[in-house]
Amino acid sequence: MDILVYLTLLGMGYFIGNRRERKHYEDIKRREKSTLHVPVMSWGAKQELPYAHDAEMFVGSVVVANDYFKTISASLRNLVGGRVTVYETLIDRGRREAMLRMKESAIEWGASQVLNVRFETANIAGQSRGGMGAVEIMAYGTGIR
Amino acid sequence: MTRSIARNTDITLTNLEGVPGKEIIAHYGLVQGSTIRAKHVGKDILAGFKNIVGGELKAYTELLQESRQEAVNRMVMQAEQLGANAIVNVRFATSSVAPGAAELFAYGTAVKVR
Repeated sequence: MDILVYLTLLGMGYFIGNRRERKHYEDIKRREKSTLHVPVMSWGAKQELPYAHDAEMFVGSVVVANDYFKTISASLRNLVGGRVTVYETLIDRGRREAMLRMKESAIEWGASQVLNVRFETANIAGQSRGGMGAVEIMAYGTGIR
Repeated sequence: MTRSIARNTDITLTNLEGVPGKEIIAHYGLVQGSTIRAKHVGKDILAGFKNIVGGELKAYTELLQESRQEAVNRMVMQAEQLGANAIVNVRFATSSVAPGAAELFAYGTAVKVR
């Protein structure tokens, strides 16, 4: 009985998790293309300030969690070491999503550039059982127009 | 959902060393705001289910956004009391201080620009 529950969770994690990930990546790629016209820079603090009428700060954040399959596969990976690809894609998704959210709200405001973008990642210890529960990723920067 | 974080205020926030197009005429020093939030039990149970299929935990995203807004509002309030009209070089920090609680912290330098 126990093994049945376990396998169901594993299967759900694998199939639903994978589908959601694919969908999310499609969404990210589409939005990245449509926001390509506004440059995003990671410098801006130490340089001479660019000429602008207005400046405003924007923040984008997202909390992502791994699925059951990823948790198990990462704990197996822990035994032999090496790249944990399942987490890499998760964090990558989160970071791109956070940046897109920041960028989209800057564009809505009318920004022509976003300067001095910084990323921050924090483990917010969602679930206690095993490793990475949930991770908050935020991106912030200053939009100018 | 995600807009500028300077809400209901005339204070300009940037994480640059100044405000583009304006010059700094007075410094008022560091201002800061922080808040510690614990999560709602119901939300945590829902998030537990979500951990099976993975992806974004919307309830947490919103919770942390609200909290960060709160921290920023406190920082802005401090700057207003000092008579500043901008906060430059704003930074954020997040740390989990206890299981189930996170501190969100925002700080920057209050200035007057013209």
